[in-house]
Amino acid sequence: MKAFQYTRATTQQSAIDAIAKPGTKIIAGGTNLIDLMKRGVIAPDKLVDINQLPLNSISVNKLGHLHIGALALNSAVAEANLVKDLQPLLAMALNAGASPQLRNMATVGGNMMQRTRCAYFYDTTMPCNKREPGSGCGAIGGYNRMHAIFGASDKCIAVHPSDMCVALAALDATVTVSGRKGQRLIPFTEFHRLPGEHPEMDNTLAAGELITGISIPNNNFAKNSYYLKIRDRQSYAFALTSVAAALEISNGTIKQSRLAMGGVAHKPWRLFDAEKALIGKPATEESFKQAAEIAMQGAKAYEYNKFKLKLAPATLVEALKHAAGLV
Amino acid sequence: MEDEKDYALPEFDTGEKDNSRRNFLKQSTLLTAIALTPGTAIKAADMRVDEKIAEAFEKMPVKLEVNGVAHNLSVEPRATLLDILREQLDLTGTKKGCDHGQCGACTVHVDGHRVNSCLTLGVMASGKKITTIEGLAKGDELHPMQEAFLKHDGFQCGYCTPGQIMSAVACIREGHANSEMEIREYMSGNICRCGAYPNIVNAIQEVKEGGHAV
Repeated sequence: MKAFQYTRATTQQSAIDAIAKPGTKIIAGGTNLIDLMKRGVIAPDKLVDINQLPLNSISVNKLGHLHIGALALNSAVAEANLVKDLQPLLAMALNAGASPQLRNMATVGGNMMQRTRCAYFYDTTMPCNKREPGSGCGAIGGYNRMHAIFGASDKCIAVHPSDMCVALAALDATVTVSGRKGQRLIPFTEFHRLPGEHPEMDNTLAAGELITGISIPNNNFAKNSYYLKIRDRQSYAFALTSVAAALEISNGTIKQSRLAMGGVAHKPWRLFDAEKALIGKPATEESFKQAAEIAMQGAKAYEYNKFKLKLAPATLVEALKHAAGLV
Repeated sequence: MEDEKDYALPEFDTGEKDNSRRNFLKQSTLLTAIALTPGTAIKAADMRVDEKIAEAFEKMPVKLEVNGVAHNLSVEPRATLLDILREQLDLTGTKKGCDHGQCGACTVHVDGHRVNSCLTLGVMASGKKITTIEGLAKGDELHPMQEAFLKHDGFQCGYCTPGQIMSAVACIREGHANSEMEIREYMSGNICRCGAYPNIVNAIQEVKEGGHAV
């Protein structure tokens, strides 16, 4: 690992000032950053440790909106009664990710900032437009079994690896960020971006902005939520496909629905059209299959990930059946 | 700093022709000398030794309490907790497996929580209490989890075992050892290439059901 300077930020402002300088990175849990630095994928000159900032609270306001600080640990969020009671989908997604050890280190903000696990991004001897803009994409025409079927570009077909983010995208979460110009809110579905011409940019954070927390609006999904993750082994692996499904069901009829997929795109893939199609429909496998068909419109596979064209809709139907209590 | 101008900088060969071990040793000794005389360090850039000087100066003080013993250390920011434990403190029970957070061989407890020490920077663990596999037994009396691993043959080659045991103890403390399924899920961060998983699960279940204090 290349040597770097290490400092601790004691105020939000000092962290923001520090990251405005090129070559400087924030470190929170470090579970992805240290890994990438060991492999030489990124080599910051300076790390600013923000763990002393008071950003790890989990709270609910009078309206029932859940707020989670950026430094709350993945394990702390997954185990918090507030989260399990109000937004069990988030707890399920968190527990589907990484390992207990990593969840004890990784933070909410860091989870959002983690990089793709595309093997070509990690292998510094391979071309990768995300790691080195303009060098090409090794995955297109390469071994692309883990890669995107939605929203990819001819520059990058990598997927976002997070489970937590899939649930947050489904639950209409908002990201709070702070920068030199003050605070702003970013809808979770607009936080991560599609690769387009600039796969080196994973998200819409401006330079020098710091994630301070996320909020999830109150909803009636707690009873009928499910996170289903399909992977090569039952635990501690990245998703081939995953689905966050949340339903509000009244007398067997779907009143509201929220759906997002993981393992299929450069960002958590929200399924707005499929959600709309479910409203007013009976909560049956038949309705779910129709929604899955809508969800898959526009999907495009590459040489080795064609199986996802079948696996993704099957995952969606299965997740909805679990959410609706049909299995 | 002005008054330190007169310190003589020891002779230093910056040429790259001679990369012999002797030259390396000379340079290392010199670095120590320079590190002790800040005035000379300022001139180091002129001598094109700035990178080495930077390294010598960029060690940071770290306080670690490991298995109840306090240590005041000086480490580079890039040194992981795993490497500090093994190479500075000679606590080689904690194993380096993948070194990338994928195998769990390096699992230790930091302030009571199990973490991958290979992905933890030592500087970030400063002020914290670390427990390693060496800290579980009370003298000659093994921890109940260590006893159970022996009894159930919870290993073959033994390389993953320290991490497995640290994780297993945490798994019970966290309240995630209530069924075979739950144990398997919450032990998934520890890979055993010999495949001792059934025996590891048996060992954990016995400790859990035995109601031992862990």
